[in-house]
Amino acid sequence: MGYLVDLTRGLWRENPTFRMVVGLCPTLAVTNAVANGIAMGLATTFVLIGSTVIISALRKITPEKIRMPIFVISIATFTTIIAMLMNAYFLSLYNVLKLYISLIVVNCIIMARAEGFASKNPVINTFFDSLGMGLGFTLALVIISTVREILGNGTFLGIQVMPDSFQPVLLMVLPPGAFLTLGLLIGFFNMMTALSAKRKGAQKRRAVNVDESAVNIG
Amino acid sequence: MLTNLLLILVSSIFVNNFLLSRFLGECPFLGVSKQVETATGMSIAVIFVMTMTAAITYLINNYILVPFGLEYLQIIAFIVVIASLVQFVEMVIKKTSPTLYQALGIYLPLITTNCAVLGVALLNVQNPYNFIEAVVNGFGSSVGFAFALISYAGIRERLALAPIPKALEGFPSALIGAGLLSLAFLGFRGLV
Repeated sequence: MGYLVDLTRGLWRENPTFRMVVGLCPTLAVTNAVANGIAMGLATTFVLIGSTVIISALRKITPEKIRMPIFVISIATFTTIIAMLMNAYFLSLYNVLKLYISLIVVNCIIMARAEGFASKNPVINTFFDSLGMGLGFTLALVIISTVREILGNGTFLGIQVMPDSFQPVLLMVLPPGAFLTLGLLIGFFNMMTALSAKRKGAQKRRAVNVDESAVNIG
Repeated sequence: MLTNLLLILVSSIFVNNFLLSRFLGECPFLGVSKQVETATGMSIAVIFVMTMTAAITYLINNYILVPFGLEYLQIIAFIVVIASLVQFVEMVIKKTSPTLYQALGIYLPLITTNCAVLGVALLNVQNPYNFIEAVVNGFGSSVGFAFALISYAGIRERLALAPIPKALEGFPSALIGAGLLSLAFLGFRGLV
């Protein structure tokens, strides 16, 4: 039960991109195609899980004062591993994402989870928390890149989805499109949250009214 | 030679702007851009650290990592160098110029996790630059960073007073503003 809470936290309630708005550099930079978004998201998930599990396992013997360098070294190690793996097995993706894969090492999401969760919780909880956060990040990248690729190129994962008469909005795959898409998406999710909160509030009020009337009758 | 340096400078400031075209260093871009004053402080600190990082990581890469075949340690080596450089700069400024320390104090530690600084080190390694070109690229990139950050802070100061829909308050409106600024920078594309 507790593990499920850890897993779902990052997926939506504390989604790193849409809720916490951290780790924006890769979010904005690689989301011009869905394939790039998925690859970046999974690479970040790998580094996130690997480094936070190590940090969590070492949390009792880590001296308080030098914990930051220890975090940074373990994150940098896993970043180097994923960069080498991608270089060996996914060369074409690696050539596109090269710079941003290396820059996973300074991704705020990982530092935030290491400091805020892994350094205080057991290994298994940390694993599920990091898995959830990583998948939440991947989900956010996929949503943003889907919007950008379909509008900017008329394709989804490279497959034509829009009719031939569709004129691609080139702006969406260029840098400004990244800012505009993310801004409008966060605004949209804010609106949905406000609406659902309002509906829940109305339901609660009705429930309270019913209780009061019951008391009156009693 | 000089034209080449000028070309690197112009392209790193305007065409491949770090914030608006390469998307490096977005955290301070959104974090400290609420006021022009704080944005200026951050910019000066970044220009200082990024230029020094470009010089030092170039030397470390070409005289330590490459001769010993240790290129795979680049990420770890650079991040350690940047972290200690920032600490060192902080100590030196504290000793030599307390007024400058007062102005930059809070921004310096933040720079360690600024991906623009690590980004410039990695970009210099990926491009076949010599020492002077690498330093000019680091300087130009940081000036481009400062240029975008300060002009964006000016926009956000105005934006804070504007009536905006409730759902778009805060981050969304800031991101849309950044999108429009980025659109303006897209106009520099044909320059180089």
